[in-house]
Formats: sequence, C-alpha cells, structure tokens
Amino acid sequence: MLPEIGLGLLWLAAALAGLQLLAGGLSLTANGKGMAGIVRPVAMVQGVLAAAALGILIWLFVQTDLSVKLVAENSHSAKPLMFKIAGTWGNHEGSMLLWVTVMGLGGAFVAAVERRLPEPTMMATLAGQAFVSLGFYAFLLFASNPFARLYPVPEDGNGLNPLLQDPGLAFHPPTLYLGYVGLSIAFSFAIGALITRQVGPDFARAMRPWVLGAWIFLTVGITAGSYWAYYVLGWGGWWFWDPVENASLMPWLAATALLHSASVLAARNALRAWTVMLGVVAFSMSMVGTFLVRSGILTSVHAFAVDPRRGGFILALLAIYIGGALLLFALRASTVSEGERFAITSRESALVFNNVMLSSILGITLIGTLYPLFTEAMGTKVSVGPPYFTPVSAMFAVPMFVVLLFGPMLRWRRDRFSRISPLLALPLVVALIAGGWAWAMGVRHVLPLLGLALGPALVVASFLPLRGRSVLRAPLSLWGMVIAHAGIGVALFGMASDSAFTVERLVAAKVGEVNQVGPWSIRLAEVAPIAGPNWTAMEGVLKARYDGGAEVTLRPQSRTFWAPLQTNAVSALKGRWNGQLYTVLGDETVSDKGESRWQLRLWWKPYVPLIWIGGLLVALGGGLALLSRVAQDLKRRVARAKGGNRRDEVAALAQGDTAQGDAAKGDAA
Amino acid sequence: MSKDNPAKAPRWALWLPLVLFAGFVVLVVVGLVKPKNTDIASQMVGKPLPAFTLRAAADERPGLATADFQTGKPQLLNIFASWCIPCRAEAPVLEELRRQGVTINAIAIRDHKEDLAAFLGQYGNPYARIGADDVSAVQLAIGSSGVPETFVIDGKGVIRYQHIGDIRPEQIPDIIRLLKEAQ
Repeated sequence: MLPEIGLGLLWLAAALAGLQLLAGGLSLTANGKGMAGIVRPVAMVQGVLAAAALGILIWLFVQTDLSVKLVAENSHSAKPLMFKIAGTWGNHEGSMLLWVTVMGLGGAFVAAVERRLPEPTMMATLAGQAFVSLGFYAFLLFASNPFARLYPVPEDGNGLNPLLQDPGLAFHPPTLYLGYVGLSIAFSFAIGALITRQVGPDFARAMRPWVLGAWIFLTVGITAGSYWAYYVLGWGGWWFWDPVENASLMPWLAATALLHSASVLAARNALRAWTVMLGVVAFSMSMVGTFLVRSGILTSVHAFAVDPRRGGFILALLAIYIGGALLLFALRASTVSEGERFAITSRESALVFNNVMLSSILGITLIGTLYPLFTEAMGTKVSVGPPYFTPVSAMFAVPMFVVLLFGPMLRWRRDRFSRISPLLALPLVVALIAGGWAWAMGVRHVLPLLGLALGPALVVASFLPLRGRSVLRAPLSLWGMVIAHAGIGVALFGMASDSAFTVERLVAAKVGEVNQVGPWSIRLAEVAPIAGPNWTAMEGVLKARYDGGAEVTLRPQSRTFWAPLQTNAVSALKGRWNGQLYTVLGDETVSDKGESRWQLRLWWKPYVPLIWIGGLLVALGGGLALLSRVAQDLKRRVARAKGGNRRDEVAALAQGDTAQGDAAKGDAA
Repeated sequence: MSKDNPAKAPRWALWLPLVLFAGFVVLVVVGLVKPKNTDIASQMVGKPLPAFTLRAAADERPGLATADFQTGKPQLLNIFASWCIPCRAEAPVLEELRRQGVTINAIAIRDHKEDLAAFLGQYGNPYARIGADDVSAVQLAIGSSGVPETFVIDGKGVIRYQHIGDIRPEQIPDIIRLLKEAQ
C-alpha cells in the first residue's frame, strides 16, 4: 500500500505544481490579480508533498521492500543501513525524485521567506519554478516511476554498486543535487525578472543568497566527489575531466561567475543582462550535465545501459526550458540594458574579467565534453582527456588568478593602479620566493611552477583587503571573501604539488620485503583475509617509516562483495603535515617456482590534501558570506516589524546597504 | 531607477546563446538517433604500415617499430592512452584476447610514464610492446584519429582491418576471425 501512497502524493504534488503555474501566470494578467493569494501556500504544500513521497521511498529502501522494483534492483537485505538509505538515490528513478523534491522544497522556501522582490516578479518566479518542476514530475510519472511494483517478488535484491558503498559517496549526490537544483531558483528568478522586466539591484540582492547557498553545496559536493574519486578508485588522481565530473564543474563555474556578477549588479546596478543570462546558464548547465550523464549519450563507450526513450524525454525538457529561457532572454534582454558604467580600472572591470575567464573555462569544458559526441556524429570516436583540458583551462585560469591578486582591492567605478601597486609588493615577493623554492626542488614544467608560485601569493593577497581594519570588526561578508579566495590559493598549491612532486612506484612485493617511495620505506608485513558486513577481503599490512622515523601501519584491502559479486581495491592513506602516503593492494602473482608476490602501488604525494582543504575553505568562505546576508536580512525585517511604516523600511534598507557597501569594499559573494 | 546605457550589447548577440543551444540540441539528437556504427574503413587498410620507431612507453615493455610486425604472425596494434576513458572499459577485453594467444602491440598516445604505469597497474597490461607516440605522429600516419583504435596487422606488416572505438566483449570472435583470415 505504501508505494501506492507515495505515487499518489507525487501525482498530487504534480497537480499542485500545475495550479501554481496557472495561478502565478494568471496573477500577472489584469483580471487575475486575485489569484496571487494562493500561489505561495500552494508552492509550500507542493514542496512538502514531494518531500513526503521521497520519505516514503527512503522508508521502502530501509525496509528492503522487494515488491518495489526499484528496491529489488538497487538494494539488498544484507546491506548496512546507511547504504540502504543511500540506495534510494543511487539509481536513476530515486535520484530524479530527489531532484523534484529539492526543487519543490526550494520553491516552498522561496515562497515562505522571500519578500524583497516586487509581488508580480515574485509570482512570475514561482510560476517559473512550477513550470520547470512540472516537466520533471511528468518525467517521473510517465517515464521513471520509482514506486513501480515487481511481480513475482524476488528472494533478495541486487545490491548497490560496491563503488557506491562508501560513506563519502552515500551523501555526495544529495549535496550536489542541493547545488544543482538550488540553481533552479536562480533560473526562476531570472525568468521572473525577464517577464516583468524588473532586473535591478533588488533582483540581484534577492537572488544572491539562493545562488550562494546552491554554490556552497556545489563546492562541497565537488570537493567531496574529487576526494572520493581519489581514495576509492585507487588510481591516485584527484580530477580526471570525466564527463561526470565535468557535469558538476560546469554549473559551478557558471554559479561562480553569477555570484560575482550579481555582486556588481547589487552594488552598482551594472551588468544586468549578463547577470540574468548567467542565471539562466547556471541551471541550464545543471540540466545539460544531468542529461549527458543520465541519457548514456556520452558514457555509451563505457558500455552502460543506454535508454534513448528517457534520453529523448530529458532532451525535450531541456529544449523547452533552456530554449524557452534563452528565447525570452533574446526578446527581453535589450529592454533591461546594461545600467551604470564604469572605468577600465575598477572593481567592476576586475569582476567582468573574472566572469569572462570563468565563462571561457566553462565554454572549453563544454566543448571538450561534447567533442566526442560531435566527432561521433561525423563518424569517428575519440576520447578527450586531460591533455586537452588541463593546458587549455590553465590558459584562462592563470590570468584570472593574476587578476585575483589585486582585483578585490580595487574600488568600485574608478580607481588608479598607483594606489594599490605598493600593496602588491608583498604577494609578488611571496610568488618569487615560492617559485624559487619550487625551482630549487627541481620543478621544471611551466604549469606546476606557476601554480606553486601563484598559490601562496594568492593566499597572502587574499588577506590584503583586510588591511587597515580591525580584524574583529571587519564585516563577516568581507571575511567570507577573504577565506574563499585564500582557499583558491591553497587548493591551487595542492594541485600544482600533485603534478610537480608526486612519486609513484608499482612493485611486486614478497612478504617481508621493504620498498622505497620518496622518503618512505615500506615493508609488506603480511597479507591476511578479513571479512566485513557484505564483503570479504585480502588485507595487506604495511609497516611504513617516513625518513627513518617511527613506524606506522597501513592496511590496504582488495575487497570482494558478494551482492553483486564484484571486487574493488580499498586504498590506505597516511597523512602527514607535508603530504600523504597512498597505498593500494593489487593481485597476487605466483611464479613458476611457487613464490608468491603481491602487487603494491605506492604513491608519495606531497601537499596534496591541500586541494580538498582549499575546496572546503572556499565553501566556508561562501558560508560566512551567506551568514552575513541572512543576518542583514533578519535585521532589516526586525526593523520593519518595529517601525511598521515605509520610511523606516527604506531607512533600514539604506543602513543595510551601508553595511553591505562596506562589505562590498571587499565583496565578492 | 537607472540611466539608459548607450553601450549595450548588439541585438544579434542576444540571440547567440539560443543559436548555440539549438546547435547543441541538433548534435544530441543526431547522437541519440544515429545507430552506433564502428565499421569505417581507413584509407590505410590493405597498405603496409608506415616506417616508424618508437621508444618504450613503459619500463616493463620494450618500444615498438615497424619491424616488430614482420614476424610472419598476425598481430593486433592497439592505439590507447591512460587518459582515455573507453580504454579502461576495453582493458579486460584485450586481456581476454591475450589469454587466447593473441599478440597485442600498443602505441600510447600523448602519455606520461607515471600515468601509464598507473593505468597498466590498475587495468592490466596485455601488451607485448608499447611504443610512446608523444605527438600523435605515428597515429596520424596510420590513419587513426582517436583512442582507442585497434588494427589487425598481418604477418608481413600489412594493415588488414581497423576497429574504431573500444572492442566489446561480443566482438572478440570477430577479431579472432580477422586474425585467422590475415594468416
């Protein structure tokens, strides 16, 4: 009965989305003003119903209800509880349900708290959100029903792909989805603003916290995903430019650009069309990425199941939503023109430069991701990998990082380089020292050298906007920007270290043998079988010493899962302040003489954890900026509630903006 | 609220995103509708391998030269790279071919030694020889435009067949048959 209730709730939610679209749309017409009253409550109920349907599906997974096809195909009674829950979204149907739930809850949240926008724009926004949701509801209900039953009921389920049975990955998709779908709100805001031609600072301020929130989740999701790929896949790399990774990177790039251009729009009423455009593009990239990964169109070479019918359905949705939004943009953008002007040397210019570079990286990533598709249409199959992506994206990233050294110190509207050039001496000296050190360490390749020099310089330069301020009284949003930018520098240093310093050895080791990798000497003490909840493994016991120091133990495993039967290597890592030792146990080989050797892969990766530490700092910076926005917003609401009249509100707004303008001196988010 | 700015984007530029997106949709529709076709004959089929000598790409295998194919026994020439995603899917299939007694030589395209070692460590090493082609020179000379690709070479060093894309498990019998025909 429960699955049928879940399905019923989903239909109900879809019907409410229809009502939301209708009422929101009618409220914009001369005769339909009265409809406006119901739009917000309908949006809220719709979100709650979608969430309830998802809750039921999670419950079915927890119970391992094998009469439900989806559960039988993706779960197994012997699985640990956490992975039963994660199994809910570790598949196509469940993740689409998660998608509409996040969209619905996002819309509900906007309906509940957003009071900044003019009412017609708000109605158009909520109608837009409902319009997008409707397509995804239709997709779920007509093409991928998560509650479909199965008869006869199987004895036990198939189980979740062992690669996904990792705590990191269990909660990685929901994090990314909060980001992807959070951007749907920015999309709806852009649509709403285009329809009512209300693109101004108010629009940017209203949209910004939502973009910021989505962007934080995306940042955390990408960082976690990269770390997951690094330690679970056992190939010792942290970024592969795989279509799946690119699918998450592209919306992030667009959202990063959007955050910065929304700043310009909020503070200076410039870049209007561009900001709206980015609002459309950011969510479009989420949808395109999801489509590319889901339809099997790009991963077809992986020999995964391809489902052209579903692919066709999502493609139709893309054509309607993205195509529609871009058409609206083309028709309306000229009426929202560019707004205020600014000089070449100004904060705006630096942000425009950052936007152009981010968009270029987005463009080349999209081209590289689609190129195999393009050549296949022409008749040949190719694979585009790091040899294309890395140098080409660096071409745009490096100039962007250089501008990032001084951009945040520039004043709005007009500034002089002579004012800030003395301050730049410090990052310049740091870059020279770091670059010299890297050269002395034997680094000769251009990109790693640049990264090792620029990373520390960026960290130092990020703190310069705090100069002359009391550290405690500097606005929170300024701190957010400082920390986020410093995080970029930290991550850059980690990435460059990975390509500059990593040492790798592949050995066939006898038990008792000692091998050397970088400063580590590693003895294979023994290899013994062990068992887990739903796997058995051979576990290697490695005794490692760093430069003759104390002995530490690492236990890499080669795991065999029995539901489904599959083997994968579980790496063992040992972190130090200056890097990470990474070990993988491979297969056993027995020689003709009966001598047994184990394949071991050993990496010494100096400073590599900085990649993810940097990523988390970026997210933390975003979090602080968001906190400051929310705090400002609450303050204003309190002031409005107290004063109760329009004049107070205006005064409070002005006050909020002084604080914000203050923050905007170093504002990026 | 704001002054009109005379320096706004030209009208046609506003349509550009829509045009680009339409291009994307067309591309994807073609990709979805078009049947997967991997039987494209290279201009080089029926011709002898061009002369080349490549240094060893990995420590554990020798390099590769044209002379290595003039052994009287048909062999496979696999074009691959550690950064190529379909090559990962193809690795177990090549391993199976090797197990069935097929000699597989390889050319690694634009690869780095460490990346290649990691790839071979993880996905297996079915190759007898691996030559390093850092600038795709040999790849282009033999009429290959992407990775992975596999050539059937007869015992005199003449190209008999070109397989574009990864070899799927179900295609193993075809490859074995082609090798027999090249005898």
